[in-house]
Amino acid sequence: MKKVFIGIFIIAFTLMFLIAMSNSISLFTYNESLPETNVSNDYIHKSVTKDSEEIIFNETKDAETGSANIVTSIVVNYRSFDTLGEVTVLFLSAMGVMLLIGSSDLFMKRKKSGFILRTAAKILFPVLLVVGTYIFTHGHLGSGGGFPGGTMIASSFLLLYLADEKFVAKIEQFKTLLGSAGTLYILIGLTGLLVGGYFLQNFLPTGTVGNLLSSGIIPVVYISIGLKVGSEVTLIISSFLKEEVTS
Amino acid sequence: MIRLASLLLLLIGLYGVLTTKNVIKMIISINIMELGVNIFIISVGFITNGVAPNLTEHIDSSLSNFVDPLPQALVLTSIVIGLGITSLGLAFARKMNKKYGTYDLTMIGGMKDE
Repeated sequence: MKKVFIGIFIIAFTLMFLIAMSNSISLFTYNESLPETNVSNDYIHKSVTKDSEEIIFNETKDAETGSANIVTSIVVNYRSFDTLGEVTVLFLSAMGVMLLIGSSDLFMKRKKSGFILRTAAKILFPVLLVVGTYIFTHGHLGSGGGFPGGTMIASSFLLLYLADEKFVAKIEQFKTLLGSAGTLYILIGLTGLLVGGYFLQNFLPTGTVGNLLSSGIIPVVYISIGLKVGSEVTLIISSFLKEEVTS
Repeated sequence: MIRLASLLLLLIGLYGVLTTKNVIKMIISINIMELGVNIFIISVGFITNGVAPNLTEHIDSSLSNFVDPLPQALVLTSIVIGLGITSLGLAFARKMNKKYGTYDLTMIGGMKDE
């Protein structure tokens, strides 16, 4: 009986959603170009170089953000304060997980893993670390950035947990890394406040679009985000695996 | 068409949240709802024959061909917050199982069955 009511409620919700969406967004076709009528025209045609010329890869100098990846220039430059809040949410949830289940010191009697997994983990662990570092240092040039890179670093530690039944990550070092990377982000923001006048301003020279050393504070911020996310997710994984252990 | 599919995912997740009593299944349903919403937001910014908003050597930067990068940036934030919610919820579920010995919400006296 209850499930029938819930089904009726969900069908009514669907109808309301479809009616509400039918005026603004077509559910069956895609846009042919960017919808200029929905967003302010001034914002769409805003110039990000000083003399409003087209941006050319490897040639344009001193653009406003200098990042070749446009998503990165939104996430870490224009909406960087938003990203600071997002990193804080992840930090708080990692703290909550460690507070709830990370305090027990008992360990699961895990089975000894097979020969193939143990050997492959030794080979794959450094490769995963290097690829993760590559992804978060090249976040302003191509797809990727601090969050996927940090998650990849954490997955390499998960591989070590799976392969070695006695492996324990050194929690204290990860806590130090997490705290110092978060502090680095806030210090960069405060330096921007002192130098340029507002919090998280891009105060370094932005360089040529497409070079590794370009786009000001974006690589520095993404490296700190990568280290922070990597250590946080590793702490979450090790808390859960230590907890599994007790039962 | 993918917008209808994302709406379907959202509704499946909503049905799961409202009808199941197992906490872990509820968390999985919340994840399915998030997936539907994320796909919907991404599809709003999609344009026909669009490419990723990424300047490279092989793409002319005439900007007319790029999909809208703003929904992708918002979904990046949403995915990370979903990770935080999931891990914290699983930690609470584990703690609940340790105290009451069950994952069922109706067994711990916090919610009455009909």
